[in-house]
Amino acid sequence: MAERTATIGSRVGLHARPAAIFAEAAGEYDFEVTIAKEGEPADEALDASSILSLMSLGAEYSQKVILRADHPNAETALDHLVTILETDHDAE
Amino acid sequence: MSQQFHGVGVTPGRVVGRVRQMPAPVWEPHAQVDIPAGVTAESEAERIRAASKAVQAELKARAAATAGDARGVLEATALMAADPMLVKGAVKLLDPAGDGGPRTAERAVWESGAAVAERLRGLGGYMAERAADVLDVRSRIVAELRGLPAPGIPVSDTPFILAAEDLAPADTATLDPARVIALITSGGGPQSHTAILARALGLPAVVAAEGVDRIEDGTEVYVDGAAGRVTTEPGPAEADAARAWATQSATLAQFAGDSRLADGHPVPLLANVGTGKDAAAAAAAGAEGVGLLRTEFCFLDRDTEPTIAEQVEAYGAVFAQFPHKKVVIRTLDAGADKPLPFLTNADEPNPALGVRGYRTDRTTPGVLARQLEAIAAAEAEHDADVWVMAPMIATAEEAAAFTEMARDAGLKTAGVMVEVPSAALTASHVLAHADFASLGTNDLTQYAMAADRMLGPLAALNDPWQPAVLKLIKATCDGADEAALATGTAKPVGVCGEAAADPALAVVLVGLGVTTLSMSPRALAGVAAVLATVTVADAQRLAAQALAAPSAQAARDTARAHLPILDKLGL
Repeated sequence: MAERTATIGSRVGLHARPAAIFAEAAGEYDFEVTIAKEGEPADEALDASSILSLMSLGAEYSQKVILRADHPNAETALDHLVTILETDHDAE
Repeated sequence: MSQQFHGVGVTPGRVVGRVRQMPAPVWEPHAQVDIPAGVTAESEAERIRAASKAVQAELKARAAATAGDARGVLEATALMAADPMLVKGAVKLLDPAGDGGPRTAERAVWESGAAVAERLRGLGGYMAERAADVLDVRSRIVAELRGLPAPGIPVSDTPFILAAEDLAPADTATLDPARVIALITSGGGPQSHTAILARALGLPAVVAAEGVDRIEDGTEVYVDGAAGRVTTEPGPAEADAARAWATQSATLAQFAGDSRLADGHPVPLLANVGTGKDAAAAAAAGAEGVGLLRTEFCFLDRDTEPTIAEQVEAYGAVFAQFPHKKVVIRTLDAGADKPLPFLTNADEPNPALGVRGYRTDRTTPGVLARQLEAIAAAEAEHDADVWVMAPMIATAEEAAAFTEMARDAGLKTAGVMVEVPSAALTASHVLAHADFASLGTNDLTQYAMAADRMLGPLAALNDPWQPAVLKLIKATCDGADEAALATGTAKPVGVCGEAAADPALAVVLVGLGVTTLSMSPRALAGVAAVLATVTVADAQRLAAQALAAPSAQAARDTARAHLPILDKLGL
């Protein structure tokens, strides 16, 4: 099980467009990636490729979230997804 | 062979184009159906995944072809279509051993969408607003599973004529006037949502034209929005008429203000507005003032009464657009089709005949007095010539009570709406108290004919050309003359219903003694162009002929026959 901590970089939080960009990226892997707020139990983690889950997670700017995946390619995948979460997409 | 469909024309305009039918709304899949042999949970899951991917691809393609905020919305909606929460939830529901037994793919998607929407609503705020998007996506997936076209207004690269049974308020929000060149519906009446939308957008429209919802997609038709006619297989004559209209409508979009008859007699043309934004558009369109400022917008979608300060700001935004011009403001017209939780009782068996308009002051005193106070305060801040009037006045006593309230609030010109036949028939008494009257022809017609404004099958009764309605208008003008003689002050009578926007009827109204006409700003130029071709004497002669006609159709035909300008302008 690979695990990474990321800090939300979008000023608007993980909503709307940033959530859409992230969900789409997470959905491109053929294995499940989960997301949870820091400190929340791993078995309550949500599907990272679901925009509806991400929006209901309600992660705000500068909050920490944990990404998890279990797959031989998980390490590189999570590194890539952390970069997306830490970017402020609305500032682009 | 060429086919003709006759309906009620609600907005003039002549166009030729191809028909696209509005798909029927997606109905809820049945819960209890036998799953056919050979269909398994696995095969249904595969159908769900394929349908959700197809809907996602379609929405993505639309997003790519869209610009601005709408693009972001479509992109997010596209993602929702294949969202694991929605799709996995649906697949789980297919399990024959699960709660509720086996389901069809359609039913599983329906229930899963409902569960997701419910969860979002529970989160409140922004998330709750997304619930509607989830339900929209759900309908699209179910339509895809059934092999039916996606719900909502068809998407097309080329402009088309939209045909439907009737449009719902939600459809009208997504209608792109650059793509839709005319509206034709088999149901609905002159007051239906389709008609209201068509007037607001200035789209040629024919409603209550039986059969148009069965015209095949892609069929070329000619629509005449003034005559209320739809014709298939249009020929060179129709193509010419459409070309002439295209040129004509450009000139008809211009109104210079200062409307007069051919003999110089002024007939000020005013606008019906609801907000400061409407008022700005009306002023830009040349309106000589506001003949009807609806104040409901300030109150709708609220659980509690707006404060006086909020009202002062809202009314002031309209007054500011018309310095030194007349603005007639109507006090709150709640009830019937515009219920308000703090003012009206939603359980009335017959709301059109219930406690609505001015009558709410009896059951909930205070709201009207505070509104009058706000109107007076807003007037003090601006230079508009503010007139105030109450809706649903039925008797002289009510007129006396209202005008006294208005004067107590410091408002100098107080009048009444004449929309209840009793007020029209006793106008001399009503106007002994009121300074002016404004004929609300939509309600006056519905009450005179005992015909619900919203019902398509009653569209023929709901016609302001009905002899009974014309007689009530005449009675109001005659009563106003009597009251003017008795009191020694002029008692002007205006019209602020849809009748004022019908150029032929506008001439008749002036002939009956109406002094000002108020309408949707888009109608101003057409009405002005027709009024400019007649004298007071012409209008009076036409009015007498219309009044003597035995039917609405005869009255309309008589008037139109004497106004050749109408055909020339395509009105």
